[in-house]
Amino acid sequence: MADGVTETTGAMTGSDLGAVLPVEVQMMSGPSLLLRRLRKTFADVVAVDGLDLEVMRGECFGLLGPNGAGKTTTIEICEGLTPPDDGTVELLGLNWASGANELRQRIGIQLQETQFPDKLTVEETLRLFRSFFRRGISIEESIRTAQLEEKRRSRVGTLSGGQKQRLAMACALVGDPELLFLDEPTTGLDPQARRHLWDLVDQLKQAGRTIILTTHYMDEAERLCDRVAIMDHGRIIALGTPSQLIASVGGEHIVEFAITGHETGQGLVDLALLTAIPGVQSHRVDAGLHQLSVRELHTTVPRIFAALTGQGLHLSEFRTHSATLEDVFVALTGRNLRDE
Amino acid sequence: MSKLELSSLYQLTMVRFRLFLREPEAIFWIFIFPILLAAGLGIAFRNRPADVLQVGATTSQLTQALAADKGLKATTIDETAGTHALATGDILLLAIQKPDGVEYKYDDTNPDARAARLVADRAVQVAAGQREAVHSGNQLVHETGARYIDFVVPGLLGMNLMGSAIWGLGFSIVEARQKKLLKRLVASPMPRWQYLASFLLSRLAMLVIEIAAFLGFARLVFGVPFRGSLGQLAFLCVLTSLSFSALGLLIASRAKTMEAASGLMNLVMLPMWILSGVFFSATRFPAVIQPVVRALPLTAAIDALRGNMLQGMNLGQLVIPVEILFAWLVVPFAVSLRIFRWR
Repeated sequence: MADGVTETTGAMTGSDLGAVLPVEVQMMSGPSLLLRRLRKTFADVVAVDGLDLEVMRGECFGLLGPNGAGKTTTIEICEGLTPPDDGTVELLGLNWASGANELRQRIGIQLQETQFPDKLTVEETLRLFRSFFRRGISIEESIRTAQLEEKRRSRVGTLSGGQKQRLAMACALVGDPELLFLDEPTTGLDPQARRHLWDLVDQLKQAGRTIILTTHYMDEAERLCDRVAIMDHGRIIALGTPSQLIASVGGEHIVEFAITGHETGQGLVDLALLTAIPGVQSHRVDAGLHQLSVRELHTTVPRIFAALTGQGLHLSEFRTHSATLEDVFVALTGRNLRDE
Repeated sequence: MSKLELSSLYQLTMVRFRLFLREPEAIFWIFIFPILLAAGLGIAFRNRPADVLQVGATTSQLTQALAADKGLKATTIDETAGTHALATGDILLLAIQKPDGVEYKYDDTNPDARAARLVADRAVQVAAGQREAVHSGNQLVHETGARYIDFVVPGLLGMNLMGSAIWGLGFSIVEARQKKLLKRLVASPMPRWQYLASFLLSRLAMLVIEIAAFLGFARLVFGVPFRGSLGQLAFLCVLTSLSFSALGLLIASRAKTMEAASGLMNLVMLPMWILSGVFFSATRFPAVIQPVVRALPLTAAIDALRGNMLQGMNLGQLVIPVEILFAWLVVPFAVSLRIFRWR
């Protein structure tokens, strides 16, 4: 498992850290974001359940998880929109209690579901947001970055979903933020618009900004993020680089197969034989579909065939794919992300 | 970019203007509708020269006697047909020849019929040889300021100030909340007071156009009088608009959906449309509810506007309605700032 989750067991608690390391926290070398023992409960639902997290400067960090995992609550606590019930939040060495005004000047925010007024133009909307910041980039630059040149005089109501989302990004960028929060930036977009937005995030990463984004798309997190925290039920269940997380499943490949004639098939396959094959790390069955995580396809796949044939079974389906963060989530929770 | 363009208060206020001007319906309701309403009411209730009253009589002799008066137009009609004509409103009064004199059949709850009764009887008595005991003459006065249009223009002005302030603030704020724009704005470094101030600034600027157009029309077309100080009238309009803006803010301070806000606005405004004396004097309501009627902001606003425009009263004479308006400005504003929901 990745290194990050063990932070909870570290000897130093959040408040100690603040007291012991004030100089470092003040300095530019400290983390961009520091969360300690964060908790938030809505009525009887625990949205965030004792979360610890550290995001370094220049990092593109992804909070990944199914809907309802607590991603948005976490990010809104970071953005100062929701006060936590417990725990500490530190951004750029500042906190919301004493440095709210300063912080709002230095962070950029894109929220889920913001609808800008339909009857304002792109340029007018950006001009409005730009006026809130003491310093920042020019309207022209923000329009260029978001590739909205052709739409600058169009009303927001006439923009496509992807263009609206790029406008939201541009509004987040006008203050030239050191830290950028993107909450599900591509949810609801078509594949082309998603890729377009990914390119934009790539550019921002290259410009050295710290980016914290939430998503429930595993491919998005894999594509964009330097490090990822997988969240479920308000907790971080895995933390690391995408490749570390994928490696933690134990195999880089996933083999999926189903057996003819038996919808369930489970009782007929001798699991012991399969898991005994060298290179097979784990096995699970989901609706008649067997999944094996496997280290080396070229050596294990022939043995899997042999084992199945030896039991007199016939395959109705057989496929393999490289392990993804999706498989990590499945391995950790036994559920698919899509099930939510 | 100029310094002004970098000012967030300027940008926020400009956004209010742009959004308003790009909403044709809003322009109609706030600028055009009150003028149309005033025009319609002015025409419908214009003071016509004293009407000729339609009456009937059962004999031609009686008809002649009645027709001698210029104020009456008499026709001969038998009693059955005459009763029918009375019922349908074709005539106001039927004079019936009786062996011992004349009997008048009319509806005494109808002021016109009562007038017809007086004029007809005088005509009959004169025809019978009665001479006036005291000589009397007439001096006719058509005073502006006593007409219905003069009465209704300050009422419509008050109603318009209420509607534009409550709708203008209420709907825009609730829409921004519903569309999560409010949440996005408070997540930015925007000073929150500026958001609310931008509504008041744009409201005041629009007020100038709104009032100038409406009162200019009333003055030019109907010759509605302005007997009080124009400066004080402007002050009263601003105070009224701010009071209703505070009320609009209060209505919008927690509502999450447009439907909820719309319901609340009607709940607040409907009683005032009826009770506050826009179209007829609020004193007509029973004494029991008068304290309530007097305390309503629209009643106070209209009283003050009528006092200024029609009676030429100065602010010193309008202390009570001005105080009521101030109370409606301060209390809802203070409450809404406390309970305002930014997300």
